Amino acid sequence: MRKQNAGQVGRRKKRWSRDDTELTFLALPTIVWYLLFSFLPMFGVIIAFKNFRINGNFLQSVITSRWVGLKNFKYLFASKDTLTMLRNTVGYNVIFIVLGTFVSVVLAVMVSQLYSKRLAKAYQTAMFMPYFLSWVVIAVCVWAFLSFDKGIVNNYLTSTGGTAVNWYMDKQYWPGLLIFLKIWKGLGYGMVVYLATITGFDPTYYEAAVIDGATKWQQTKYITLPMMKNVIVIMFILSVGTIFFSDFGLFYQVPHDSNSLFDVTYTIDVMVYKSLKASTVGMASASALFQSIMGCLTVLGANAIVKRVDPDSAMI
Amino acid sequence: MKKSAYQTGLEKFNRIHPATNFVFNLVFILLSLVCVVPILLVLSISLTSEQTINSVGYQFIPQSVSFESYIFLWKQYVVLFRAFGVSIFVTVVGTVLGVLLTTSMGYVLSRPQYRLKKFLTWVVFIPMVFNGGMVSSYFVNTNFLGLKNNIWALVLPLMVSSFNVIVCKTFFQSTIPDSIVESAKIDGATQLKIFFRIVLPISLPVLATIGLFLCFTYWNDWFQSMLYIDDSKLYSLQALLMQIMNNVDYLSRNAATMGISAAQVASGLPKEGMRMAIAVIIVLPIACAYPFFQKYFISGLTIGSVKG
Repeated sequence: MRKQNAGQVGRRKKRWSRDDTELTFLALPTIVWYLLFSFLPMFGVIIAFKNFRINGNFLQSVITSRWVGLKNFKYLFASKDTLTMLRNTVGYNVIFIVLGTFVSVVLAVMVSQLYSKRLAKAYQTAMFMPYFLSWVVIAVCVWAFLSFDKGIVNNYLTSTGGTAVNWYMDKQYWPGLLIFLKIWKGLGYGMVVYLATITGFDPTYYEAAVIDGATKWQQTKYITLPMMKNVIVIMFILSVGTIFFSDFGLFYQVPHDSNSLFDVTYTIDVMVYKSLKASTVGMASASALFQSIMGCLTVLGANAIVKRVDPDSAMI
Repeated sequence: MKKSAYQTGLEKFNRIHPATNFVFNLVFILLSLVCVVPILLVLSISLTSEQTINSVGYQFIPQSVSFESYIFLWKQYVVLFRAFGVSIFVTVVGTVLGVLLTTSMGYVLSRPQYRLKKFLTWVVFIPMVFNGGMVSSYFVNTNFLGLKNNIWALVLPLMVSSFNVIVCKTFFQSTIPDSIVESAKIDGATQLKIFFRIVLPISLPVLATIGLFLCFTYWNDWFQSMLYIDDSKLYSLQALLMQIMNNVDYLSRNAATMGISAAQVASGLPKEGMRMAIAVIIVLPIACAYPFFQKYFISGLTIGSVKG
C-alpha cells in the first residue's frame, strides 16, 4: 500500500499538474519581487568593474558604461581611509558580538533566577524598549545627554566645577559610547532569546543536581551553561556572518556625521552612502561589492563551522 | 498534578540566596532605568519651555511644564500631518502587502509535491547569502523602477525578507496537515481559495508575528527616506525628525514658504523642544503598543533562534 503510494507520488511529480499552475500563480507576486529587488541588483554589481555613467535607464547605462576592470578596486585599496574603514567595521563588530553575547547570557541566567516572575517580566519589558527605537530617535536621546551647551552631562560637569566637554568634537569618548549604545539596544533581544532556551531545559537535571547537593552556582556552571553552549555557539557564529556589515544608523546618525569623529565612526556602509550621495559611484560600487563578497564568504564559512558543531542548526 | 506540586516544592527549595536575589533585583532595576530614562528625558525636555531650556539647559524634571513645542507643532499641522500620514500609509500598506507576499511564498514552499519547490527554495535562499549591495540597489530602484521621490520607495524594498518566508514555511509545514489541503482539493477548491479561506485563518499566530515585525520595521524606517526621498512632501515622521535634527531651521523655512516671515517664525521657534516633541510623537505609539504585543515578538524571536 505504502509502496504504491510512493510510486504514485513519484509519477505525480513528473507531470506538471493543475495544482502546480495554481501554486506558481500564488507565488508569482513574490517571485517578481525577488527578481526586481534582489536579483536585478545582484547583476547590477558589475558596475563595480565599469566606469558607470547614467545614460538612459539602468540597464542601458550598465551596458553602455565603459569597462575599467579592477581600477575601482585599485583606487579603493590605495586610499588610506580604507584601512580605517575596514578596521572600524570589523573591529566594532567583533566587540559587539563578544560583549553582546556575554552580557545577554549573563543577564538571561540572572533573570531566570529571580524569585518574582512578575518582576522578571517587568524588567524584560523595560529592557526591550531600546530595541524598538530607531537610530534617529536614539540620536535625539544621545543629543539630550551630550549637547555641548544644554546637555545633561555637561550641565552636571559644570555644576560640579568641572569643564564642559565638546562631545561631538572629541573622538576619544566615542568608541566606548558606540559600543555601549549597540549593547544597550540589543540587550532585551539577546536576553529573551537566551531566556527562552533556559526555560526550555528539562527540570529533572536540576532535581538530580539538587539531590546530589549541588549549589546554585554549580548548577549554573555544570548544567545551564553547558546546555546553552550550542545555542550560544550558533548565535555567535551566525552573527559572525554579518561582520562586514555595519549598523549604518549607529555610525552615521548618532554621531551627527561629525567630521571630527571620522576616525572612529567611518565604516563601509558610511563610506558607501557618502560616496553614493556625492555621486562618486566607482569606489562606492567597488566597496559595496567587496562587502557583499566578504559577507557571502563569512556566512558560508560560519555555516560550515555550524555544521561541524551541530549539523541540525546549519542553515544550508 | 502531582508532578507540578513536586516541582514547585523543588523550586522553593532550589532558590538563590535571598541576598543574591536582592542584588540581582537591584541590577535589573538599574538596567531597566538605563533603558527607559533616556526616553523619559526626551519627554520631559519636550514639555519644557524654550526659555527655560535656554537658561538652564536640559533637565530631567522640567522647572515648569509647558506645551509650547506641541502647540507650535500643532500650528505646523500641514507638515506634521502629512508626515504622520506618510508614516501611517507606509506602515499599513507595507505590512499588509508584506504579510501577503511572505505567507503566500511560505505556503507554496511548504507544499511537498510542488514541482518548482526546489527552484523557489533557491530563489529565497540565495539573497540570504549574497546581495547586490546598496549602490546597485539604489540605481535599480531609481533609474529602472522609477522610485526616486516616490512613496512606494518606502514600501516596496522592505516588503519581503527571506528569513520571514522561511519562518512561514516552517510554520505551515508543521501546522497545516496535508489532509486538510487534500480534502479541500477534492471538494474542488483551487489553491488560491485554500490559501485565503483555510490556511490564512488558521495561521493567525505567524501572521501576527510577521505583521508586527514588519509594522515596527516600517514605522522605524528612515534609511529608505534618506536614500530615495528629497521631496519634503513625502517625508515620514522619521525623515522629518532626521531633517530637523540636521537642520533646526527646517520648519521655520517651511513656514516661510507658507507666507509667514521667516524671522518672525524663527524668533518664536521652540527649536530645542520641537525635535524632542517629534521624537515623542514617534515613540509614543510604540511604547503604548509593544508591551501588549511582546508575547508575539518573543514567540517570533524564538522561532528565529530555534531556526526556520
